[in-house]
Amino acid sequence: MTSSPPPRLLSTLPQRHSEGWVFAAACRAAAWSSFGFLTLIIGAILFNAWGLVDWRFLTSYDSRFPEKAGVLAGLLGSFWVILLTGLFSVPIGVGAAIFLEEYSSDTWLTRIIRTNLANLAGVPSVVYGMLGLTVFVRMFGMFDRNGLVHRLTGHDVEAIELLGLEIPLPFNRSVIAGALTLTLLILPTIIVASQEALRAVPPSIRHAALALGATRWQMIRGQVLPASVPGIVTGVILAISRAIGETAPLIVVGATTFVLFSPGGIDSPAKVLEDPAALARVPFDRFTALPIQVYYWVEKPQVDFQRLASAAIVVLLGLLLALNGLALFIRFRYQKNLKW
Amino acid sequence: MSRPTPRLFFRSVLATGLAVLLLGCPGCTIKTSDPSGSSASGTGGGSAALSGEIVIDGSSTVLPISAAVSEEFNELHPRVRVPVGASGTSSGFKRLIEGTIDIADASRPISQSEQDQLNAKGIEYLELQVALDGLTVAVNKENAWCSALTVNQLRELWNKDSTVKRWKDLDPSWPDAPIKLFGAGTNSGTFDYFTEAVTGTKGNSRSDYTQSEDDNTLVADVVSDKYSLGYFGYSYYEENRDKLKVVSIAPGDDLSAAVEPTRESVENGTYAPLSRPLYLYVARKALDRPEVVQFLNFYLSEEGQALVPQAHCIRLNAEQLRESRAKLAAAAPSALR
Repeated sequence: MTSSPPPRLLSTLPQRHSEGWVFAAACRAAAWSSFGFLTLIIGAILFNAWGLVDWRFLTSYDSRFPEKAGVLAGLLGSFWVILLTGLFSVPIGVGAAIFLEEYSSDTWLTRIIRTNLANLAGVPSVVYGMLGLTVFVRMFGMFDRNGLVHRLTGHDVEAIELLGLEIPLPFNRSVIAGALTLTLLILPTIIVASQEALRAVPPSIRHAALALGATRWQMIRGQVLPASVPGIVTGVILAISRAIGETAPLIVVGATTFVLFSPGGIDSPAKVLEDPAALARVPFDRFTALPIQVYYWVEKPQVDFQRLASAAIVVLLGLLLALNGLALFIRFRYQKNLKW
Repeated sequence: MSRPTPRLFFRSVLATGLAVLLLGCPGCTIKTSDPSGSSASGTGGGSAALSGEIVIDGSSTVLPISAAVSEEFNELHPRVRVPVGASGTSSGFKRLIEGTIDIADASRPISQSEQDQLNAKGIEYLELQVALDGLTVAVNKENAWCSALTVNQLRELWNKDSTVKRWKDLDPSWPDAPIKLFGAGTNSGTFDYFTEAVTGTKGNSRSDYTQSEDDNTLVADVVSDKYSLGYFGYSYYEENRDKLKVVSIAPGDDLSAAVEPTRESVENGTYAPLSRPLYLYVARKALDRPEVVQFLNFYLSEEGQALVPQAHCIRLNAEQLRESRAKLAAAAPSALR
């Protein structure tokens, strides 16, 4: 004996089927439209930039003649800023995540830190720019003429020399000020992503390591960290990709618009071999960045420069794709080595 | 047990590290500026040895000129670096007051409050006119009725309490269609200058118009709407001459005296009152450095001034140029002239 469904359900079946069809179609449209817009934007940019991205464009400085202008200053500026941002933000971000996940117990203090991190991730980037301007660029005016330091010591401090490295104070509109500002900007993202990655490591792994007599540090170093590297790297790369494209905080912190030099005067790898000391000057030098150069060219009245802006965007996209490729590679490698 | 436990070991390492950071700072010296306050980086003497850094920031209208001069100067003196920023006239003055830049680009004269702040900090400055700009009022190409306006009409149109909403409010014979306004954002020197020149009062501008700091946007807006009217720098009109219709401006009330903005009419001053000088404000202290004096000499030289039209601005007339050169010569230390 088979029970037939109640007639009410049978009569509404076609309608429910069509509802389902409408929903699926809407989802499909949503997916395709995002893809469509992306293709449209990239297509338009590539169309504008066609034939403009060449070796000369990548290795020349800016010029008032569009046919002579290039992105070298922005490219190297962005490179150094991002490199320093990575050097600052990864140890601090991953360290904070490890503390929160592996060491801290659930006290009110850690709860405050966690809530704050979630909130900080949503702060508009220009706010970080203001913060960077006050803290890193001007250092609260401490080192100004008649500033706090002058009043306390009677000297106008211009720089401190630390292990042969001359550090100007305050940082002014330099690479390091930009990098520290972007570090603040992406730290919450890195910490939250790293926390997720650490949380994804099964607790049984930790218990097993501890049961075999490993210390907590040995357990983290030998088991937990290697297992979470793919997740952490993905988070870091996504955060750094965001930092590369940021314009607002860099404008506030004072990336310069028109520069005909690279940080430290290093415009080719050969320069580093010639004069390694130049590397030490990089962080404290003035700079411009790719997004700033795009912004400046778009604003110019000449149509040719607007096409150059598209070309610079292509370079920026290329940089992003390269970084994402690196993330994929590292993910793949580390996942292969996971053997449990 | 003779060996310290790992816990203790780590603690002692941490403690030493902290102590070093807080107290010791090994191999670290503190550099202070000498009392005279000069931190000259140039070596002086022959121009072949000229080096150093001249930091410029300010108006985005002046930026193309300063950038072009910087580019050419760099060819002559590769060891002098001249970064040029474009954070706006007001921000440029702010940084001059902070003392973090050597030269401020400005598209309007310095204000009283900015002068006071410089005085309070004991910073002296030198004002140099370097080029001219003609603020251009433009309408849509299809606009057949409006080819000239008097300043009185502009005032009626742009002042804070303006009641002009439709074209016929300006002239009864014009169409009964809404007038769409486009202009500079309140942060720019262009806004300050236009408002003061047209209404006679600082900041006395209506605010129900589309504002943009990007003049390309303004041009595009005027091009796309038949009933639009906008104002922007002369260079943006010159680049888009075939897409826009320029409006001649009459200084008083007499439409027949209207003058079209051209390079000539701006240079000889007949395009009034919307011709404006563009300035450099130089920190006097920077004039002690040979590279700065050389740079400014180059800026005002025939070679430097030839770059002004290339940057789509308008050259000073002969008299203005002579005046600027004399001011620079008087201010620069005799050894460096």
